[in-house]
Amino acid sequence: MLGLARPHPPGAKRLTAMTDAAPEKIPVTVLTGYLGAGKTTLLNRILSEPHGRKYAVIVNEFGEIGIDNELVVGADEEVFEMNNGCICCTVRGDLIRIIEGLMKRKGKFDAIIVETTGLADPAPVAQTFFVDEDVRAAARLDAVVTIADAKWLAQRLRDAPEAKNQIAFADVIVLNKTDLVTPAELREVEARIRAINPYATLHRAQKCDVAIADVLERRAFDLDRILDIEPAFLTVDDHDHHDHGHGHGHHHHHHGLKHYHDEDMQSISARLEGDVDPNKFMPWINQLTQEQGPNILRCKGIVAFKDDPKRFVFQGVHMMLDGEPQRDWKPEEKRESKVVFIGRDLDEDEIREGFLACAA
Amino acid sequence: MTEPTSSLTQHVRPLPAGAHVVRAAFLHGEPALALADGAVLIGEAGAQKRVAAHPDGAILLARSDGKRLLTGGDDGRVVTIEADGSLQEIADEKGRWIDALAMRGGAIAWAAGRRAHARDNAGAEKSFEAPTTVRGLCLLPKGYRLALAHYNGVSLWFPNAAAEPSALEWKGSHLDATASPDGRFLVTSMQENSLHGWRLADSRNMRMTGYPGKTRSLSWSHDGHWLATSGADACIVWPFRDKDGPMGKAPRECGVRAARVTQVAFHPRALVVAIGYADGLVLLCRLGDAAEILVRAPGEGAISALVWDASGARLAFGHETGAAGLLTLPA
Repeated sequence: MLGLARPHPPGAKRLTAMTDAAPEKIPVTVLTGYLGAGKTTLLNRILSEPHGRKYAVIVNEFGEIGIDNELVVGADEEVFEMNNGCICCTVRGDLIRIIEGLMKRKGKFDAIIVETTGLADPAPVAQTFFVDEDVRAAARLDAVVTIADAKWLAQRLRDAPEAKNQIAFADVIVLNKTDLVTPAELREVEARIRAINPYATLHRAQKCDVAIADVLERRAFDLDRILDIEPAFLTVDDHDHHDHGHGHGHHHHHHGLKHYHDEDMQSISARLEGDVDPNKFMPWINQLTQEQGPNILRCKGIVAFKDDPKRFVFQGVHMMLDGEPQRDWKPEEKRESKVVFIGRDLDEDEIREGFLACAA
Repeated sequence: MTEPTSSLTQHVRPLPAGAHVVRAAFLHGEPALALADGAVLIGEAGAQKRVAAHPDGAILLARSDGKRLLTGGDDGRVVTIEADGSLQEIADEKGRWIDALAMRGGAIAWAAGRRAHARDNAGAEKSFEAPTTVRGLCLLPKGYRLALAHYNGVSLWFPNAAAEPSALEWKGSHLDATASPDGRFLVTSMQENSLHGWRLADSRNMRMTGYPGKTRSLSWSHDGHWLATSGADACIVWPFRDKDGPMGKAPRECGVRAARVTQVAFHPRALVVAIGYADGLVLLCRLGDAAEILVRAPGEGAISALVWDASGARLAFGHETGAAGLLTLPA
């Protein structure tokens, strides 16, 4: 299960996939963000709301959680380099141990929340959930949620590369403390976020008052849920916008905002109409993630293979790839393929050309 | 790969358990089960004692020397339980999970996070901080010495010595540690689906690879010549008899079936290994001719515990699902 195997011709047996379709796997939410952004506030809210769910929480420091929650486990955030065949990746060994131990209390909790320290790289956390077969059997990674401080994020992005990784890696970004900035400053920081990560869902919040359903049970790593890969456009809902009488029909409603490109984080997307040749695509994507793996934070794609009625979907974290045939292309659906890469030091042209060369 | 035709299943009596069996043991001949719900059950059906060893927690791991049971919980406590059900708290790590345990010859050792503690049979306690979280502990057969498994190798610690512990290095995450009965070899199981080992005389490295999964159950034969291991669709048995141990040699494979081996236990007197599988089957396999006898048919959930009594007349086993059984070999 390292890399993607070639898909079988239509009608043949499905690929063995690394995905977690089984309903009984414990969902795991990774909560990340710089110190002081509001992770603890959000965590306390999740644990105190009367939703009837019981959480096991894995934290770095005891004593941060305000509510008496018996299933709080201290982690040491120790990583090691795992070299398992052709995959080389950094893994949180402590999480493997903790999840194994939590399974002895199976039935006593519905979900796990992993809180990482301020400077943590989310990649090892995510990779851990793909690399260990016992963890994969018991749990599924639900989403990486990053809390960002609207007032201080710009500065954090300047002085801490980890803060940028946390934004780039996220499925959900909670932009907190919006009450501490002006509307113009808010649009500015959102533009900076979008320059790093065009695809995460972004929520504005004060005191982390985001709806719990917006951060938990996201199924962001479910291949089933890869319906479309479109950059989210900025939602502009302050009063200035309504004065203009524009429609909401198109992207990039900037109102004179700078359209940022981040100086080192890249998001590369490529689109191909018509069919892709699996015999070209599979070696290409496998080789790309093997060679460029350290530079690719996340990737995602929907591919229309020649002679295959099923949409092929994949996603990856660094060198780890996970993919499978998802469902049939609908008759009204246009057969086209899209791939997206977020990372650093990537040769944009080379990746686009490599993908386009996979046309059938 | 047919299932064994001769069977001992009618010689197995159920042992009430009711929760994931973390460890099985015999305490002065009494069968005992350490359960994930924090309780220890001693004795057979109808005469079982229930000891709340970790009342508000789960038993994460346990060890036994045939006399007492040593348990470590997610409540941070380390406890010994006697055959009569009496309980003694050895340590309280204030909520930090107990990650490793060892006991040998009256000495006890435990670890929580990076800190390992050893208490000798006179009760004197020492501790040592390893470079990373200690995942495995082994009291070596000779002298009062511990091997601590952690990231990137093993620390060898003499608790009563002034000298700094020495290190055996190998990159990766080392989990369990076990020493050959003659003390010549140390073996660790690794996150990377392999075993690693060192010949202690010259620290020579050896690797035992090819496992499809992690090998977390390790058992030495009574004569120290063989190491039985889990983690594959057969019990993989490595030779340790001569001076090079398994280096350059192929292992034996016992009990080849279409199911992953989860637990192994060598008979205390004969070259026979009890093998438990992920589908709940248990069988005995004779090393010499690979003859097999069925002990438990599959279906009750993965075998999570397996132990022989001191004379090898009985075998206790437990499942992840909360079933357990006791085999008494016909005379």
